[in-house]
Amino acid sequence: MPKVKIDGFEVEVPEGTTILNAARQIGGDIVPPAMCYYSTLKGSGGKCRTCLVKVTKGSERDPRPMPKLVASCQTPVMDGMEVANISSAEVLNARRGVVEFLLLNHPLDCPICDQAGECHLQDLSFEHGLANTRYEFERRTFEKIDIGPYIKLHMTRCILCYRCVYTAQQLTPERVHGVIGRGDHAEISTFIEKAIDNDFSGNVIDVCPVGALTDRTFRFKSRVWFLNPMDAHRDCEKCSGKAVVWMYGGEIFRVTARKDQYGEVRDFICNTCRFEQKSPGNWTIEGPRQIDRHSVIGQNHYDGDTLTVA
Amino acid sequence: MILSSYALGANTAYIYIRGEYSWIVFILEKAIAEAYAQGWLGKNIKGSGVDLDLYVNPGAGAYICGEETALIESLEGKRGNPRIKPPFPAVKGLWQCPTVVNNVETLAAVVPIVNDGGDEYAKIGVGKSTGTKLISAGGNINRPGVYEIELGLPMEEFIYSDEWCGGIKNGRRLKACVPGGSSVPILPHYLVTKTAAGENRLMSYESLADGGFVSGSMLGSGGFIVYDETQCIVRNTWNFTRFYRHESCGQCSPCREGTGWMEKVLWRLENGQGKISDIDLLVDVAKKIEGNTICPLGDAAAWPVASAVRHFREEFEWHVQNPQACLERNYGLVREPAEIQPH
Repeated sequence: MPKVKIDGFEVEVPEGTTILNAARQIGGDIVPPAMCYYSTLKGSGGKCRTCLVKVTKGSERDPRPMPKLVASCQTPVMDGMEVANISSAEVLNARRGVVEFLLLNHPLDCPICDQAGECHLQDLSFEHGLANTRYEFERRTFEKIDIGPYIKLHMTRCILCYRCVYTAQQLTPERVHGVIGRGDHAEISTFIEKAIDNDFSGNVIDVCPVGALTDRTFRFKSRVWFLNPMDAHRDCEKCSGKAVVWMYGGEIFRVTARKDQYGEVRDFICNTCRFEQKSPGNWTIEGPRQIDRHSVIGQNHYDGDTLTVA
Repeated sequence: MILSSYALGANTAYIYIRGEYSWIVFILEKAIAEAYAQGWLGKNIKGSGVDLDLYVNPGAGAYICGEETALIESLEGKRGNPRIKPPFPAVKGLWQCPTVVNNVETLAAVVPIVNDGGDEYAKIGVGKSTGTKLISAGGNINRPGVYEIELGLPMEEFIYSDEWCGGIKNGRRLKACVPGGSSVPILPHYLVTKTAAGENRLMSYESLADGGFVSGSMLGSGGFIVYDETQCIVRNTWNFTRFYRHESCGQCSPCREGTGWMEKVLWRLENGQGKISDIDLLVDVAKKIEGNTICPLGDAAAWPVASAVRHFREEFEWHVQNPQACLERNYGLVREPAEIQPH
């Protein structure tokens, strides 16, 4: 099994593992951020360029460094490879650039955005971005559209990570939306006269790293940090039925799939669980959801390393 | 193509044509039909036991589909987004099969190599740059057109000789030259015919690259553009960037957002609304795009901007300081620095 050293930490991983996944096995600060890579979606990644790292030593056999920064989510590790992530000024500088690019046309309407509080772009810009912008032009804007009975598309916020495209391609019987146009005028849109309407369409909301795709049954109902996330399950004939219900008092405000510490869903859930089962009687509550202590959803109620919201 | 396919052991070959050149498709299809009729294509070519099928495939009209993996995606009938490498096309290309992607100019060189032998062909040209190259010369010259030159032709001869470009139009002076298509760094007049080291600059891969990106450029695609003293470098750079903004596929963020940003800043500078800080901003944005993208289009968009600011900073500053004058007239020749920085 190849051994790889990332920022001085050594880890042994199976052949074909990417640098990003090797870093995730080590964990901590050295994990590169990822806005477009999604481990459960085949083909995702390589687009946002936030996970760029420097390969200072190619492998044991060929120790030359790689000439350019590489996307860690796409580059497989080699035995003896040495990678610099946060220990390289070049990487941090490039990442700062990428964050600036991602925010150029982002409306920064976090105060009215439903994703605020669980937005990957917020985390990313907080960690790697600058406090001000050098962009002095009008940002590109789009009309908000309903792409199906449950989902609202707010294209202005989109960072074109293509995750929802892969989700629709791989989880649902037919993909009826995609990227239209190119360059900075590219947009996500449904095909002509089509609406996204199938049992697993709701998952595009969970995979969206920003607030471009939001749950129409939850829009403007509450801020996510006012709600208490609870692990819950129900018997569902279509999906695993394992979900997180976001409660306030005795009321369920929304249902999402369970995300891991990198914001990725393992068990996708169906639209019935997500949108239609909002009565607490339909769910078996398992207990409070463990949430990263850095998340605003915790509001300082953390206990040790993880937070238990009660 | 038949010879190359034979050498590679390939049984299927495609000619991909950009959508804008749609009339060529019909010519090629006719030629292919003739080749099939004569037994040069199809099963068991001329009794050799070699099979080859050749197809013509028009694209939908995108500069990015000149990138080999985007071309492959487009051939597969998908959106022309460049793939992430590795795997390279030689490992996994079209329909996940090993694929060789070559320019038509490369394949055209196969014929003289086979006819005359490789050694004979290698005698043309200079040093490692052997053979000939098609140069599409344009701009302020007396005789624009497509010329086939032997590599190693002195740049001065190419621009001023009546056999080639025939000198600068209307007796004006040379201001700058883009030797290899819009994506390569621009050269100011004092670096066109001589390198920074004082040697004659030749039309060859090595000589044009002499000095690296500080005082050199690249032969690139052979799109040769000459500017006389009346041309505005800021406007020209803006025009290039506008093109790259339009042609960026929008897949990866530095290129998608960065090209648009540079275009807007350059537009502002060109129209006398710029600020001095914009010039450094352009350099910084170009640096953040370069090398951080999936495909070389990001580099191609960043290089002309970075090189224009490097060599013509004075002209950019003049645009900022004279917002009214820059709308009415052009800056003229750039001053030669007292000492050209050696690489």
